[in-house]
Amino acid sequence: MFSETVILRGHIIDSLILPKVLDQILTQGGDFKIGEIKIGQNRVDQSYARIEVSAKTHAVLDEIVLRLRQHGAEVLEKADVQLAPAPADGVFPKDFYVTTNQQTFITLEGAEIEVRPALMDCAVTVDREARRATAKKFHEVRRGMEIVVGHQGIKVVPVQRSTSRTDVFEFMSTSIALEKPKSGVIREMATELKRARDVGGKILVVAGPAVVHTGAVPHLEKLIEWGYIDLLFGGNAIALHDIENALFGTSLGINLERGSLAERGHENQMRAINVIREAGSISRAVETGTLKSGIMSACVRHGVEFILAGSIRDDGPLPEVITDTLAAQDAMREKITGVTTALMMGTMLHSMAVANLLPATVKTLCIDVNPAAVSKLTERGSFQSLGLVSDLEPFLRELTVALAR
Amino acid sequence: MRQLLLCPPDYYGIEYEINPWMSRARGADTPLVQAQWKGLFETLSRLECKIELVPPKPKLPDMVFTANAGLTVGRRFIPSNFRHEERAGEAPHFARWMEEHGYEIVWLPKDLYFEGEGDALFGGDVLFCGYKFRSDINSHRAVADNLGCLVISVELVDPRFYHIDTCFCPLPDGGAFWFPDAFDEYGQRAIRDHLRDLIDVAPDEAAHFSCNAVVLGRDVVLPEGAPTLVSTLKERGYTCHPLPMSEFLKAGGACKCLTMFMPQRESIKG
Repeated sequence: MFSETVILRGHIIDSLILPKVLDQILTQGGDFKIGEIKIGQNRVDQSYARIEVSAKTHAVLDEIVLRLRQHGAEVLEKADVQLAPAPADGVFPKDFYVTTNQQTFITLEGAEIEVRPALMDCAVTVDREARRATAKKFHEVRRGMEIVVGHQGIKVVPVQRSTSRTDVFEFMSTSIALEKPKSGVIREMATELKRARDVGGKILVVAGPAVVHTGAVPHLEKLIEWGYIDLLFGGNAIALHDIENALFGTSLGINLERGSLAERGHENQMRAINVIREAGSISRAVETGTLKSGIMSACVRHGVEFILAGSIRDDGPLPEVITDTLAAQDAMREKITGVTTALMMGTMLHSMAVANLLPATVKTLCIDVNPAAVSKLTERGSFQSLGLVSDLEPFLRELTVALAR
Repeated sequence: MRQLLLCPPDYYGIEYEINPWMSRARGADTPLVQAQWKGLFETLSRLECKIELVPPKPKLPDMVFTANAGLTVGRRFIPSNFRHEERAGEAPHFARWMEEHGYEIVWLPKDLYFEGEGDALFGGDVLFCGYKFRSDINSHRAVADNLGCLVISVELVDPRFYHIDTCFCPLPDGGAFWFPDAFDEYGQRAIRDHLRDLIDVAPDEAAHFSCNAVVLGRDVVLPEGAPTLVSTLKERGYTCHPLPMSEFLKAGGACKCLTMFMPQRESIKG
């Protein structure tokens, strides 16, 4: 949201200028907050109102302010942000402003600039010439970069809970659906995914190997085939267990169909790694026909981009796994532009990492069989995140059924 | 006795176009101009008032419309800050004349457009001021500060009625006659909230500038062409003096535009 503060003075109550101005803000597609109002006591006393006018775009705001000026509104000059140079590479100046995942604006030379991306736990660097404000992580900062310090000239616009209650994120009064009818939430989630797909919003899935263990692979494959997934983030494990399952019908040596330990099943995982390493990459294994089914195969065949971030306990890892955590974060950050909906399933580690990168406006549904994992992810102060305590297979099965309708 | 300021139409003509009425292709008929202005002068002279004449200046054809000289309250004169360059030259002549006649001159800040009595008419103790086409709403606040009276600012929305005195005429009994469609709905409500017994003028009669009238006690001097309004005013006990104003209508003016009260109010009761 972009905003300006305007002042109205004079006989604005008797002349009905105040109600007129407020009505015009709304009819022009803006919003207002009255910051201060002083009403004249006597008949000839003039009144005063300070009004914060906001709108979704600069153009709409300018148009509104232009109209309000005709009715005597004076625009209040805003204080600029304060800047200080970074003292060294990878170090922010003292008192640097720490970002949230909410939409944020800074005022520079009287004009508002949106900080992009809306990324938490960063500092804001300012490029005066390009009139650009960017949220940067420690490792991205270079000595001398101008960085916002203090809180002056900064405006944070939290995502508000809508009063219209049009989707599942708005009608749920609590963020975790533990003792709530799950099918209702899943149906609503299906509607949300359809809506996101129809308007061209990107849908991100963050998944752990539990998707494979619980036997939910066919459901996730369907979601990929139906075009409901644009991006997949995970670790070495989900890819590896999925590939092991595709090649040998086991996951960590357990036969998924029968639920029993396969003979020499413990070797399957290592053999799967070797097959992919030999092919050169997961993509290559799919292209050469070595890997024919499963989540990763579906991703490659349907052009769903995936980023696999490594961790210290990984076997292999598979060739596409990024083992440098900063490089993995950068790669994920680069891909999340345009994501409007995120499904986080069965991985606390990767879900937390991705949640830290997402703006608060992204609608996030976290599904885990462990209530602690769900609450850790949903208690992040955003009305746009919702948790569901559930095993993954039943969840994904119901979701695909709802989407198939 | 009310005192009025008029300006002979010696240099009057349609020399530029600053409102929808003006067309240089349709010039004024000079002998008719003289006759119509003389008609107004003589009608007013017969009524209870004293007329002063400000000398006209060449190249300032609209000086004849003295309502836009400024606003006079008591011995204080607030000169206009004209929006259009074409009329800006009138302001110093009017101000000098008023100063020479003993009025205290109070200029508004130069960046606030204000077109005098044309956009500022008292109805009771309330000063009704029009804005948007000519005067700025912020000039109203400056006038309110200066005079210490309640100012009701109303937005004009029909470019044909570009000054408040073209569509609104307060009466001494507390009412007024007006053309409501010249105002936006908030302006209409604000006027209705502050004045009772409003007489709505029909669109065809309003188009003859019937609201551009000079009211002196129970006498109303107005342009001809408003029989319905005249009979309504008669019923209320007013004597109407309809006058031909065709030549001044070509410039978007009529009886009231040609007249400024000196003063419009003797004093302000807070």
